[in-house]
Order: sequence, then C-alpha cells, then structure tokens
Amino acid sequence: MSSHTHKEAVPYNAPAGRPALRIAFASGKGGTGKTTVATNLALVAAAAGEEVTYLDCDVEVPDGHLFIKPEMMSRREVTAGIPRLDMALCDVCGKCGEFCRYSAITVIGKKVLTFPGLCHHCGGCMLVCPVGAISEKAQPIGSVEEGAGRGVRFVQGLLKVGALAAPPVISAVKEAAADGLVILDAPPGTSCPVIETLRDSDFVVLVTEPTPFGLNDLAIAVEMLRMMSLPFCVLVNRARPGATQVADYCADKSIDIIAEIPDDRRIAESYSRGEMIIETVNGVRVIFEGLFERLCDVAGAARRGTRGRHIEGAP
Amino acid sequence: MKVVVTSTGPDLDSRMDSRLGRAEKYVFVDTNTLETIASDNPAGFASAGAGVQSAKFIVEQGAEAVLTGNCGPNAFSALAAGGVEVYVGSCLTVRDMVEAFLGGKLRRVSGASVESHFGMRGNS
Ligand code: SF4
Ligand code: SF4
Repeated sequence: MSSHTHKEAVPYNAPAGRPALRIAFASGKGGTGKTTVATNLALVAAAAGEEVTYLDCDVEVPDGHLFIKPEMMSRREVTAGIPRLDMALCDVCGKCGEFCRYSAITVIGKKVLTFPGLCHHCGGCMLVCPVGAISEKAQPIGSVEEGAGRGVRFVQGLLKVGALAAPPVISAVKEAAADGLVILDAPPGTSCPVIETLRDSDFVVLVTEPTPFGLNDLAIAVEMLRMMSLPFCVLVNRARPGATQVADYCADKSIDIIAEIPDDRRIAESYSRGEMIIETVNGVRVIFEGLFERLCDVAGAARRGTRGRHIEGAP
Repeated sequence: MKVVVTSTGPDLDSRMDSRLGRAEKYVFVDTNTLETIASDNPAGFASAGAGVQSAKFIVEQGAEAVLTGNCGPNAFSALAAGGVEVYVGSCLTVRDMVEAFLGGKLRRVSGASVESHFGMRGNS
C-alpha cells in the first residue's frame, strides 16, 4: 500500500541566483522507463515556467536526446590521465603492475605493457614507481555536448567506445549544471558511474517496474541510496492492477511512492516512436503535473531539511 | 612443447572453454607425453583486465602456445610480449584441441580475434 495522500503541494520556485534543485532519476536496472519519466518531467517543469537543465549522465548510452531532440550548440572533449612510460628510466621492478588492480599496466617478463583501454585513471602507478619512469598523458575518453530543445537546456555526456571510465565524463557533464531545476538522468544499476551521478543531488527518484526482477534491483538501489544518505522516493512505471509487490515492499520500508504510470500499450508505442507521452497519450500529462508538484514539495523540503539553513540564511 | 588449453574442467577429456580471460580452468599439456597439469584461472573473477591477468599467468607458467576459442587484443598483446603464440579453433574437448593443434588445424592468430571484453558477455 502506498501513501497517495496528497499533501498541500508547494511548488518549488527557484528565485534568481538560488542554487539549483537537483533531482536525479535512477533505476536498479535498465529498461524501466527512467529516461521517459525524466524527459517528460523536464517538459512539464519547463511548461510551468521552471528554468530546466537536463543532464544526461547515462554516458554509455545517452538517449534523452531522442526525446528532447535538442539542437546541439557546443561540444568539448573530456580527457583523463593514462600512464606514459619512459623505458630509459624503468628498471622493470614490477611495482606499477602489482599496484594496478585493473591490469592496465602489467609487467610481463622484462617488458612493461600499458593498456589504455583498461586504465581507470587513478594515477597510482605514477605514485608507486620508485624511479619516476611514469608520467601522465591525456587520453580522450569522451565528450560533453550542450544545446537546447523544447524549452529545456540539454547537456549530455558521451563515453568513447571502448573507454571504461565513465565517472570523469559524468563529472564533466555535471559541471554544466546551472540555477533552476536540474534533472539528472543516471545510468542504470548501482555501480561507480551511478554513484558519481547521484552524489550531491538533492533528491532521487527511483524508477521501477512492478515485477520480481524490478523489485530485486529496486531493493539493491534502495540499499545504495540509504548508504549514500540521499532522500528518495519510488516511481512505479508500467503499473498494473494487482501487481502489488513493489507497493508492499515500499510500505514495509516506509518508502514513498510518488507516482504510478499505468501499463498502457499506447504509452509503449508512443515512446518507441520517440514521442513525448505527455503530448500523445491522454491522461499522462496530468500524472506528470502531479508528479512535478509533489517532487517540488518533497525535494524542496528534503533540501531545506538537510542543507536548507545554509542556503536560506546565507548572507 | 608445453601448450595450454582453455578448459571447463581439469583433464584432456574436459570440454574446452572458448574464452581465454574468463575460462574456468587452464590445462597445461606436454604435447610429447600428453601429461597434463590443470590450474584454476586466477583471473576468472577479476572485474576487469582478466585477459591480461590470465595472459601474465600463462607466460609465467612457461607455456609456449595457447589453444583457445577467442583471444582479445589486450590478452593477445600481453601473450605476444611474453613470446607465447595463440591458436584458435573450436573443438569439443581439450584432447581434440591438442590433436587439432598437432595436426596443424588450428588458426594461428596474428592479432586479436575478437574485440575487448568478449568473455564478459552473458557473464556479467
Ligand atoms: S614501477 Fe616504474 S620502474 Fe618499476 S616497472 Fe613500473 S615503470 Fe618500471
Ligand atoms: S592510472 Fe591507475 S588504473 Fe591507470 S594504469 Fe595507472 S594504476 Fe592502473
């Protein structure tokens, strides 16, 4: 049973100069409709007069652009450090290879090999080399593109094919955050890139499906968020009457279900055509308007509770 | 000659494993005597770089050739650095692989046969 009692919604209006309200959309697994929810919410918020920045942090497969259809105006490359060896200095002591847990630098026989594609850019090998034979070289690992579409400022990160380390690209995307409402589309799962995305957000919406698999991944994501001490709620996508596992779980764990989007063939079809479901399927816009109001309420309150004094009372 | 076959089990009659970095076991075979020594893959559960780690292990065990199904570019470079040749083919058992190798029926790889991270598929 979910608590659907609507408290008096107090829309969050960001006065000019006020730091952004950052709301992240995450899910324990892929394919839950996280991007659909995030993009439709972005449009509803923009229509309500909010200054919206959409940050697509799902840098391995960013797909928010398929819906917002932004016109890109700028692009910059993101680089990260990989080791560069000076074999004239190296005495093949093997310390770098012992240190690197990704085998991105490996000593085989009398050779030191580097595998830039495996490197996670921690810089450790450079520190452990006793003779200073390793220096840092900038390797392009991705890019950040910025543009606008449908009244929404749109920023997306793109990890280069074959690059492993998404976090530096995600953090470059997040640097583009501005005032107003910032919507972050997180990668699915609970790995480092997800944590990098969610870190320092004010509120997280976990999008899930009412299936046993959905519930299993939701529970893992909930653990992660509790460990990160982030305020969050759950949104059930493709909700079906009778499928109450997620609702029961949330009731048991005192987690608020902020909205349910019904399982509707028209939504799935419209989505697969890259359309905004608030515009194409009757009754969906009002769900998102309600979601937006409640989110402003709970996310704004969560922020005022955690860091509010800081923001409100700052001289 | 000492070769190593990627395997799902410990002896000549075990089914071969077509993956290199994520193979379950390595069966080292003396091609003259058909004596075997089996070993677990020390990198089987590594989150990344399994191919390189297993290649390093194979080099250190003194194998001269690897008989496997697929070899990614990183593992291949690491094996090449250690002077280990790579042969690929798909046979049922470890014994079949060794026989195919001796009969010249396996393909010698001169570059990677699949892209990186092949063995993670369906495994992750
Ligand atoms: S730690 Fe430095 S000296 Fe030792 S093997 Fe690595 S690069 Fe060479
Ligand atoms: S920077 Fe870190 S991950 Fe990259 S090779 Fe060096 S130790 Fe390994």
